[in-house]
Amino acid sequence: MPSNDERWLDAEAGPVVRPYALTQGRTRHTGESVDLVATVMATRAFADPASLAPEHISVLQLARTPTTVADIASDVDLPLGVVRIILADLRELGLVVIRTPVVMAERVDKHTLREVLNGLRGL
Amino acid sequence: MDYGVSDADGSRQYRAIKILLAGGFGVGKTTLVGAVSEIRPLRTEEPLTEGSLRTDSTTGVEGKTTTTVAMDFGRISLRSDLVLYLFGTPGQQRFWFMWDELAIGALGAVVLADTRRLADSFPAIDYFERRQIPFIVALNCFDGATRHDTQDVRMALDLEPDLPIILCDARSKESAKEVLITLVEHVLVTASEEPLSGIV
Repeated sequence: MPSNDERWLDAEAGPVVRPYALTQGRTRHTGESVDLVATVMATRAFADPASLAPEHISVLQLARTPTTVADIASDVDLPLGVVRIILADLRELGLVVIRTPVVMAERVDKHTLREVLNGLRGL
Repeated sequence: MDYGVSDADGSRQYRAIKILLAGGFGVGKTTLVGAVSEIRPLRTEEPLTEGSLRTDSTTGVEGKTTTTVAMDFGRISLRSDLVLYLFGTPGQQRFWFMWDELAIGALGAVVLADTRRLADSFPAIDYFERRQIPFIVALNCFDGATRHDTQDVRMALDLEPDLPIILCDARSKESAKEVLITLVEHVLVTASEEPLSGIV
């Protein structure tokens, strides 16, 4: 059987330095940590497009419907670390809220587990 | 957790569930994720190690301490407000720094093992046991691989008697589904048995 595992860790992604120009060289975000499957939602606060970088606007637009950090990073095709910094910026500006994933918050919720089971069986 | 904003329009909360898929290099993690979900690319960062510093030219970017690595994840929409995310944990030791990030808040894990190279799954099993993350073992039955009796595998891997071990074909959607179902059932049983308290 052919191995596809290289896909998990292939090194085509290129340099990380230029993407971090978007974050003014910051490699750490502010505030509490942001899980990969934390849900991001845009708030109704007014966002002045002139004050935001295009990448911040792209992320904000994706967050109009609840979207996870992993999905946003995949959609905007930026490294996860850059996306986290952009999200932290948007959070500081009050433009997004970031929700801790359900399972992380409650550890085990049997009702949700049963829903997951039913969903999987129905695939 | 209250972030000061309620579910704006009264809609139910969007729930994202994270499941980890661990195992040695080339054991079929990506194949299994692809069999059962929509695969999405993700770029992430890896700290530069001594070894990679020797091979990567960092002239002019002396402050550079990370490099990007590509990984994938799988996304399964179970309902409009309930989505399952499958993250493959890169098997090689140099990617272990990512495990903690991936493991936090995970529902549970699947250790995908190749019966010809069982020892490759030791680190993953050890990792999940130490962190008390519920997991199951799925034996990917490669073509021509001997279907070990799962009891032999249980002994070889020194697993608890109630820890599920199942045979699977990572290429098959039905089989991959069964693996995930087995994990979630195991998590349910574990949750019933142990009221969670004092977990570090």
